[in-house]
Amino acid sequence: MIGRRPKAMEGSLTIWLAIAVMTAAAIFAVLLPLSRPVTAAESEMDVAVYKDQLAEIGRDSDAGLIGAAEAEAARIEVSRRLIAASERIAATAGEGAARRRRLVAVGAIVVIPAIAAFAYGSRGHPGYAGQPLAERQRVEPAQTDMAGLIARIEAHLAANPGDGRGWEVVGPVYLRLGRVPDAVRARANALRILGPSADREADLAEAQTLSAGGVVTAEAKAGFERALVLGAGHPKAGYFIGLAAEQDGKPDEARAIWAKLVAEAPAGAPWIALLQAEIARLGGPAVATAPAPATPAPAVVAPEIRAMVDGLAARLASDGADFDGWIRLVRSYAVLGEAEKARAAVASARQRFAGEADKIGRLDGLVNELGIGGS
Amino acid sequence: MMSPEVGHFALVLALALALVQSVVPIWGSRRGDTALMATASPVALGQFAFVTLSFVVLTYAYLVSDFSVENVFQNSHSTKPLIYKISGVWGNHEGSMVLWVVILTLFSALVAVFGRNLPLTLKANVLAVQGWITVAFLLFILKTSNPFARIIPAPMEGRDLNPLLQDVGLAIHPPLLYIGYVGFSMSFAFAVAALIDGKLDAAWARWVRPWTLVAWIFLTAGISMGSYWAYYELGWGGWWFWDPVENASLMPWLAGTALLHSAIVMEKREALKVWTVLLAILTFSLSLLGTFLVRSGVLTSVHAFAVDPERGVFILAILVVFIGGSLALYAWRAPTLKQGGLFAPVSREGALVLNNLFLTASCAAVFVGTLYPLALETLTGAKISVGPPFFNWTFGPLMVPLMLAMVFGPFLAWKRGDLAAVAQRLTLAFAAAILATLVTYAVTTGGPVLAPLFVGLAFYVIVGAILDVAERIQLFRAPAATSLARARGLPRAAWGAAVAHAGVGVMLLGIVGETAYKQETIVQMRPGESIAVAGYDITLQGLVPVEGPNYRDLVARLTVREGGVDAGMLEPAKRVYTARAMPTTEAALKTRGVSQLYVSPGDPGTDGSIALRFFYKPMVLLIWIGTLVMMFGGLLSLSDRRLRVGAPKPSARRVAATVQPAE
Repeated sequence: MIGRRPKAMEGSLTIWLAIAVMTAAAIFAVLLPLSRPVTAAESEMDVAVYKDQLAEIGRDSDAGLIGAAEAEAARIEVSRRLIAASERIAATAGEGAARRRRLVAVGAIVVIPAIAAFAYGSRGHPGYAGQPLAERQRVEPAQTDMAGLIARIEAHLAANPGDGRGWEVVGPVYLRLGRVPDAVRARANALRILGPSADREADLAEAQTLSAGGVVTAEAKAGFERALVLGAGHPKAGYFIGLAAEQDGKPDEARAIWAKLVAEAPAGAPWIALLQAEIARLGGPAVATAPAPATPAPAVVAPEIRAMVDGLAARLASDGADFDGWIRLVRSYAVLGEAEKARAAVASARQRFAGEADKIGRLDGLVNELGIGGS
Repeated sequence: MMSPEVGHFALVLALALALVQSVVPIWGSRRGDTALMATASPVALGQFAFVTLSFVVLTYAYLVSDFSVENVFQNSHSTKPLIYKISGVWGNHEGSMVLWVVILTLFSALVAVFGRNLPLTLKANVLAVQGWITVAFLLFILKTSNPFARIIPAPMEGRDLNPLLQDVGLAIHPPLLYIGYVGFSMSFAFAVAALIDGKLDAAWARWVRPWTLVAWIFLTAGISMGSYWAYYELGWGGWWFWDPVENASLMPWLAGTALLHSAIVMEKREALKVWTVLLAILTFSLSLLGTFLVRSGVLTSVHAFAVDPERGVFILAILVVFIGGSLALYAWRAPTLKQGGLFAPVSREGALVLNNLFLTASCAAVFVGTLYPLALETLTGAKISVGPPFFNWTFGPLMVPLMLAMVFGPFLAWKRGDLAAVAQRLTLAFAAAILATLVTYAVTTGGPVLAPLFVGLAFYVIVGAILDVAERIQLFRAPAATSLARARGLPRAAWGAAVAHAGVGVMLLGIVGETAYKQETIVQMRPGESIAVAGYDITLQGLVPVEGPNYRDLVARLTVREGGVDAGMLEPAKRVYTARAMPTTEAALKTRGVSQLYVSPGDPGTDGSIALRFFYKPMVLLIWIGTLVMMFGGLLSLSDRRLRVGAPKPSARRVAATVQPAE
């Protein structure tokens, strides 16, 4: 339901105007001929056709297409039809005409809007304006409530990267929009700036888990464990530690962790039902075939990344002229969650490129972007 | 202003106006009230304006990818090329129904604008009947197939990227076909109006013929184009499959052709009135049937039809009301129509009656072959399919006498003709036929025994049509100047008839060439290998992968040599549309005169070889050239705005003995 947004009624006035004008035009189409006196007699047109035919015979005869005798015969025949048609012309208008006209006029004024209202009213959405794709793509970020809110917060955080509260607020919003990496960054910033707490540790680890596609990574697990140290019985941390155990192929351990959590929970805690459902899931016959982790944990990949980053750091330590290398190194540290090392790398780079304003500017921008403030 | 809601409301208003049009004018005509009858024209114009507005709004929604409209969401995609966004409007059920009504109201509007010399009563009644049809279709659209149904909230992307439907042939085929179908609604409306009024007068025939002709020309174009599309796109190498979808358009064509010819008799001689009215009703009924057979999904399976009972029941109701109602009206009122003049069996009229008999019989054959399987499935659940053999053995034999008689017809005098005299004048046509047959026997090897006879028949038809014109302008018998003057003075309707008849012969020649003398070879080829097909030496150079904008081709590059001389390349391909992983076959054609070499690739083998299917189709292009010639004949005839007086001639015996500048 991300795309849902209450459509303002801004287009509705125009649509009602259009509906009114169109209805009026429809009624007018009926009233117009009623108001005009019609003079032509009924069968005059028929007579006109025969008269045309007579003229045509004359032309054909003059052009030599038909012989004189044939033309004469044709003329007689058509004249006979012409007379017959003329005799059919009989005055029929007269009494009742005015009454009929009034009836039709009133009928048009009443029936047309009634039919339109009935047929359109049951299925139309007059308040729902058209949604051309290009217009939506242009308008979306500015006008949508959610998007507007995020844009404002992001602008604010770009100016004040040290505002921990701001990062804390925007974190869950990112998560809901599916911008998981942003959520990880925001929560890491909140944790760093505001200091560790059980909630912040658990929230960051949760975001990291989501960014790993639902797998509780070693890093996330460490975070949840820190959260449990800070606040014993923290439900979110407890739940994910259990999940990690299950993903490690130890469903019994998971069940034990969750059961302990439920037992210690305050009465009426909203998450008890969820945990009980999870316990039931593991306690059922499914236990025997407990699912293995669906995807290999990133921990497997981490050493390689680690090796690459270390290699880059070593290379820059011996030859620090590669500015883009520094940028990459800072980013890598930030992604790996090693803010200290990132800050150290930024400091080294600042020293190395002290005289070059544009590069210092880019470094500042990077620090802001990654939220690794301080210096 | 281009909100989809405007389109929706315009459609609703059109319905309201159509209701007015179906009641008020006819009330006026019964009471002789000119003011009420006069409402018909502005109301018809208003309907056309509103339906067109709604069609424009729908098209706009497609152009800007407004996916808040469900119809656009289901049938379009933001990355579709522009032309296919537009053709997507009528590429689906709802949009095509709107297009149908646009054309219907366009015809009504044309009657309103150009019908000034129509008797007011006739005009009012005709427009009222058109109003009934419009009401039925608008109700159907609004009730079961609303193209303006909305989705809240709007999805970000549409659903359709079907590459097979992205084809120019498919884009313009439906509008052509629909103009044909809907055009026959005019003759239907005139017929029903005449039945209501109980009189058929001079204006009636004068009006029906051009409308029927327009519809016939467009329907011919639509069918011909559909056939060519199937030929080059489906990769089967066939041009007509007796598929129910094709039959659905062939039936109104056959009935419409019969109508066209009986209307001539009526216009000229005021005979065959009752029959012409019946044909007009039947032709439009078959058009309705054709529209719905294709659109309701009943052809794919009776069960698919039952899945959507609302639509199905509505369609059945429309068919029952219009076909049943008009036939009932016919049974009730036809006896009151005044019968026209009498004529002998051997006469122009007689020949046209013969034409009508064979055309309606062949139409009935197609009807049975198309609907019998449906009826059987409904009643017993058994699924059978009626294949080409049935049609070849029923439709084919009916066409032979029709073509034999077709050449005689224009030579016969009105009222009373002389068969022997006509046969004498057709000597040249007979000679051409015999010569063509003998030459074909001598030149060809293999092929069906009867095939040369059909080649002879085709030549007989073509030469007969040429002789028709030659006789009328007294070519080689009068001085050249006189002939030229007569040619200029010859009514364009007469030219049109001769040209259209010649077109039938041309088409027959193409059909015989393609069916009897095609050569087909299927080979597994490796790069470097060669094969000889119909005088061409074809060498496979290699298989080359080619990337297209949204597909990947495996192109078989073939060099063609004809008598040792390089004759260019052929590049058929197996194509895969990447987005949907949908494989298609792109056939390659090489044209020599009116014959074609047709290569369709099969599956590549694992050893670098590929299966290739070669067809050599002698004279195949004549099939479509023939239909073009027929359409040109129709246009010539349409341009003839002369009145047809058809008054009696002074001496019947003299008429029989000399060739009249008839028509």
